[in-house]
Amino acid sequence: MRARALWGPLVFVAALLVPALGSRFYTFLANDVIIWALFATSLNLLVGYTGLVSFGHAAYFGVGAYVTGILMKKLAMPFVLAWPAAGVFGAACALVFGFFCVRLTRIYFAMLTLAFAQIVWAICFKWNELTGGEQGMPEIPYPDFGWIERVGASVPLLSWRTAEYFYFLTVVLVAACLWVLHRIVSSPFGRMLTTIRENAERAEFIGVNVRRYELAAFVLAGAFAGLAGGLFGIFNRGVFPDFAYWTKSSEVLIMTLLGGMGTFFGPSIGALVLILLNQQIVSYTEYWPLVLGVVLVVLLFGFPGGIAGAVGAIIGRLFRRARGAEVRGA
Amino acid sequence: MLEVRDLVKVFDGFVAVGGVSLDAPTGSIGAIIGPNGAGKTTLFNLITGHLRPDRGHVKLDGRDVTGIAPHDLCRLGVGRSFQRTNIFPRLTVFQNVQAAFLSHRGRGGNVMTPVERLYRDETLALLESIGLAARAGEVAAFLSHGGQKQLELGLALALEPAVLLLDEPTAGMSATETREAIRLIERLARERGLTLLFTEHDMEVVFSISERITVLHQGRVIANGTPDEVRRDEAVRRVYLGERH
Repeated sequence: MRARALWGPLVFVAALLVPALGSRFYTFLANDVIIWALFATSLNLLVGYTGLVSFGHAAYFGVGAYVTGILMKKLAMPFVLAWPAAGVFGAACALVFGFFCVRLTRIYFAMLTLAFAQIVWAICFKWNELTGGEQGMPEIPYPDFGWIERVGASVPLLSWRTAEYFYFLTVVLVAACLWVLHRIVSSPFGRMLTTIRENAERAEFIGVNVRRYELAAFVLAGAFAGLAGGLFGIFNRGVFPDFAYWTKSSEVLIMTLLGGMGTFFGPSIGALVLILLNQQIVSYTEYWPLVLGVVLVVLLFGFPGGIAGAVGAIIGRLFRRARGAEVRGA
Repeated sequence: MLEVRDLVKVFDGFVAVGGVSLDAPTGSIGAIIGPNGAGKTTLFNLITGHLRPDRGHVKLDGRDVTGIAPHDLCRLGVGRSFQRTNIFPRLTVFQNVQAAFLSHRGRGGNVMTPVERLYRDETLALLESIGLAARAGEVAAFLSHGGQKQLELGLALALEPAVLLLDEPTAGMSATETREAIRLIERLARERGLTLLFTEHDMEVVFSISERITVLHQGRVIANGTPDEVRRDEAVRRVYLGERH
């Protein structure tokens, strides 16, 4: 238990060291991974904890990206207001869509989430005045790091470019979001969500208002997806309609399954592995989707718990063997 | 006191429950028996709000609770178990019962307290009384069938119900398991002063613990009374007991 509690801070410190130890390219990759990790973890609140498979999670990611982008670029609002707004709008959208979605179950639920996401995409695609339409909205400004940059410039080891300051900011904000999400899933509320996943009918009969809890989970997931989107728009230096497109929804779902929806950090591992694999394999072959497909098939059949589940099982087996050897030795 | 009056449920022209009335006085133990397809489970589902009756009503201590949602009925003190075992399979035994406590005491909306320590003592005490304390840390799906039935009873009891409805609490159990389970249920019902209503196949069980027995046949009540009255009833002998004795 103690050892497990150390993992989070350890990864956090390691992430902060990336710009110092790696190249600019690795900082860029790490930034990408970290934002997607938050996005995937927010989806896992639905898929892994509540048992609701959403095919339209990109809607809230896209909404968050546009909200932060529009507020910062067109209204020159500071990041401290524009970023939380992404969460608020993500949550508001999820509340409206979720109200209808949680009235359906299983495949119908999934289809409706997809339908709503496509509506969001269509609006982003067509509403030229607000979203820039098909062309998207390039040149989203970085947050203003004014005094930090001035101070940093005078200290030898702390002078970074704006992109790196934004990276540090991302690490801190995502860590904070993941901490909150972790608190949520290990709270009584989180436990109620798992009872719904395990057996919604029985959950009703221990007094759980299943729809209301599902909606609450949906709104929370939307809020954190919105926050991830807000960061991604800035990181990407532009917001485009495909942020809300169904391919983004499937990508984040694949990350969640690949990493393992049974554990809290599984989706983050999925984000890391998928982005690194993509990066590596694309440089060897143009058939990246083929490789990904094979990896997924092997994983889904061999290790239904995803990477995190497989690693957990292997560690468990090693421990048991070690303990068994001890017992025999004694 | 649970009052059921003239409940009717029709599925596509098939009369599953055709005007059933029964009373379960506070603190009494009552059984509902009848051949397969007599409408026992449908009747349970009507009483617990799982299905909405086409006609008739259900009153709990004088209050009309006909067709209200299960989660609301729970709050009013009605617990139930299911014929097919119905637990949270991938949670531990402890987590199963603890979840019921959390939900019932209205702590489910709490998002910031670590869940582990809440209602620890209550949960362990309840597991002790249903004989599952030693298995608290096990994943519920790995319990034996009898163990899962016991756990289901625990889930129902965590809601501190005044009325407990058990749908075939000993289904699929061996003779020994059945006797133990029934003794447990009877003891818990007496200790807690529960109004207990259950369905059961095993006639020995039914006649040994019930104060009142209601016999259903093709969706209708054909007899209603004390075990002795029911045993002597001609109609019951003909359609039901006669098949076995």
